[in-house]
Amino acid sequence: MKHRTRRLSTLVAFGLTSTLAIAACGGGEGFDDEGSGDGAAATDGGGEPGSLVMLIASSGDAETDAVEEATAAWAEESGNEVEVRVASDMGQELAQGFAGGNPPDIFYLDAAQVAEQANAGNLYEYEAEENDDFFPALQEAFTYDGTQWCAPKDFSTLALQINTAKWEEAGLTDDDIPTTYEELATVAETLTEGDTTGLVISPGIDRAGAFVVGHGGWWLNEEGTEPTGASQEVLDGLSYVQDNMAEGHFAYAGDVDAGWGGEAFGTERAAMTIEGNWIRGAMSNDYPDVDYTVAELPEGPAGPGTLLFTQCWGIADASSNQEAAVELVNHLTTPEQQLEFAEAFGVMPSRQAATDDYTESFPDDEPFIAGGDYGRGPINAPGMGQVVADLNSQLEGIANANLQQVMESFDSNAQAVLEQ
Amino acid sequence: MKAGDPQRQQGAGWLFVTPAILVLGLFLILPIFMALWVSLSDWSGRGSPFTSETSFVGLDNYSALLAEPGLARQDLMISFRNTFYYVIGVVPLQTVLALSLAVLLNNKFLKGRTFFRTAFYFPSVVSSVAISLLFLFLFAGGGAINKVLAWFGVNGPNWFQDSRGLIHIIGDRVGLWSISDPPSWMTDPSVLGLSFWQWFAGPSVALSAIMMQVVWTTAGTFMLMFLASLQDLPTEVEEAAMVDGANKWQRFMNVTVPHLRPTILLVVTLGFIGTWQVFDQMYVMTQGGPAKTTLTPAYLSYQAAFTNFQWGQGAAIAFILFALIFVLTTLQRWLLRDKDAAAQAKAERRQRREARRRPPGGGAVAEQSQRKAQTT
Repeated sequence: MKHRTRRLSTLVAFGLTSTLAIAACGGGEGFDDEGSGDGAAATDGGGEPGSLVMLIASSGDAETDAVEEATAAWAEESGNEVEVRVASDMGQELAQGFAGGNPPDIFYLDAAQVAEQANAGNLYEYEAEENDDFFPALQEAFTYDGTQWCAPKDFSTLALQINTAKWEEAGLTDDDIPTTYEELATVAETLTEGDTTGLVISPGIDRAGAFVVGHGGWWLNEEGTEPTGASQEVLDGLSYVQDNMAEGHFAYAGDVDAGWGGEAFGTERAAMTIEGNWIRGAMSNDYPDVDYTVAELPEGPAGPGTLLFTQCWGIADASSNQEAAVELVNHLTTPEQQLEFAEAFGVMPSRQAATDDYTESFPDDEPFIAGGDYGRGPINAPGMGQVVADLNSQLEGIANANLQQVMESFDSNAQAVLEQ
Repeated sequence: MKAGDPQRQQGAGWLFVTPAILVLGLFLILPIFMALWVSLSDWSGRGSPFTSETSFVGLDNYSALLAEPGLARQDLMISFRNTFYYVIGVVPLQTVLALSLAVLLNNKFLKGRTFFRTAFYFPSVVSSVAISLLFLFLFAGGGAINKVLAWFGVNGPNWFQDSRGLIHIIGDRVGLWSISDPPSWMTDPSVLGLSFWQWFAGPSVALSAIMMQVVWTTAGTFMLMFLASLQDLPTEVEEAAMVDGANKWQRFMNVTVPHLRPTILLVVTLGFIGTWQVFDQMYVMTQGGPAKTTLTPAYLSYQAAFTNFQWGQGAAIAFILFALIFVLTTLQRWLLRDKDAAAQAKAERRQRREARRRPPGGGAVAEQSQRKAQTT
């Protein structure tokens, strides 16, 4: 009896393991099948129909639907297949793709990441049709090591938002809209009253950097090979912010119980803020009762200066269908298609050919799109992520910071990275 | 051929454990060795780390993190500082809270026990991401917490934007120093890239908010462990203590707590490991900000790899964190060991040693017994 149960358990164990083994093999085979299928599609790429995977970081259903519709139209026309995937964490999903050797063929890529990805050899270098029609500043933003790596998708710039009610309350008129940094400081002072601060901005170089540009400075030299943080222009730009904060008519969003400039502006703790055109969505959704106007950022001592933020259509070096991917990008960056995207989810077209139509449909966005002519893209050098994060965290305490010391530490950190 | 043949038994044994070995090997052991290799290499995150493009760099990643002055070491030290304050805040609080809840709910005459058990355990069942998002709203500048504080005339901080350390704030309040102008005897000396002023900042206001959330969420799980252990406590012992005239507090301290000792050790150990590895909250709520005061080693490791593409450093941080947890947990187990049992074991060892060390005496005893045996 005892023996029999033992034999039984052995049999059961054997049965279980063999089932598992078979199941595992089955899974493996299925996997292989898929792999070879992809390979087959890859080899007959080129002009032949193939299948593409696109990874996007979507701002919401409107964007996802619009991109899906546009790619489906192209797929129909060209006989290709396009699968649009929405990333929940773009950086991580891209990194996983590159590490696994099967990245998405085409993906959104932020200008701040281009140098990093190009440096790692992850990007396929291409030029879309009529490349010169893209705003020069955008071409520049995606240029690393003398090469433009991808086609600008769309862009946004910073502009000045003014709370209309507060403006009129303070007795200011359209003529008082600031055009220089001195005037900005003056109106901010006038607008500061009680709970309201004149100008509230989000912390970090993505806002304060605009004043650095206005003073003619930048964090790195033109070639992106040497840090220039401790230069007089940069220090002047930052001291402008610091001085005005000390006097109390500039403040960071955190100081007025807000998470970012737009929130401070919506809750009317700020009479003015500096944000990009994304603030429109936030205002109409969360604070529909606040009336505001948008103006270009005032000019600094060294001329107009704003920051621009942009993404491009990156194509993977490991993609087996690059030709089709470029064709798809050409389709997605036509002025007509860009205007459709603008209608659907409020992005500004990266092509100058679309600018006139855009400002006609969205006259209020003129100050934003004007920034395309003189805006400056993000820091464009590999390995700078941690250095920039450190600078941002130090600038959170700008009110009490020793700017010379902060920028010297930025320079030495950046130097260490750029030398590598 | 018998079924009970030891040879065959061994075969069956292996057959039984094969699936477990395969699964563990594939999903646990192999990745650990892969990560170890990555931490010693300059892998760029492109393709497999085992190709010829990736080269061995020895301990470079570790030395950048631990030895060389620079951003990598500074950030790691900041993350250690933050997590240290986080651990010494969260572990005692969650243990005490869980124990108190368990003792309360173990009361047989409490009405609605089941309801309270479910209610207190509920936060542990809900996804930590969902809870984190909820807390973001609760602790927002104009959020519910600050509204409640305002009823009592307290002007609440803008929790998740506030990078001031609690020790800094307290020192500022009692007039020891001023936060906006820290004294030079605190800012000048620096250890491992951070000044004393930074080391002794205490948890920032933002980190404290996260700590409150974590205590609230995890107390339920640990309460369950305490409850299970409390049900094992025989009523007779408690009754005997009552007969002896022990009051409630004495019964708790001298009967309940000693009985719970192994569970307390378990809860504290799990708490230690869990808190050192904290990641979700930082990922969802603060991304290490404000001013890096919620940066933790686990989040830093993720950031190093996925946003800065320093894969080797990311893996190295993970191994440093492992070593740190290992050392600290061993230390903590040693500190919390059962001192009576340890003393007893030590005494026994000593006796045995002494018995061995005294061959002449021992020999005499042996001789005696031998002689006895002969005579009988």
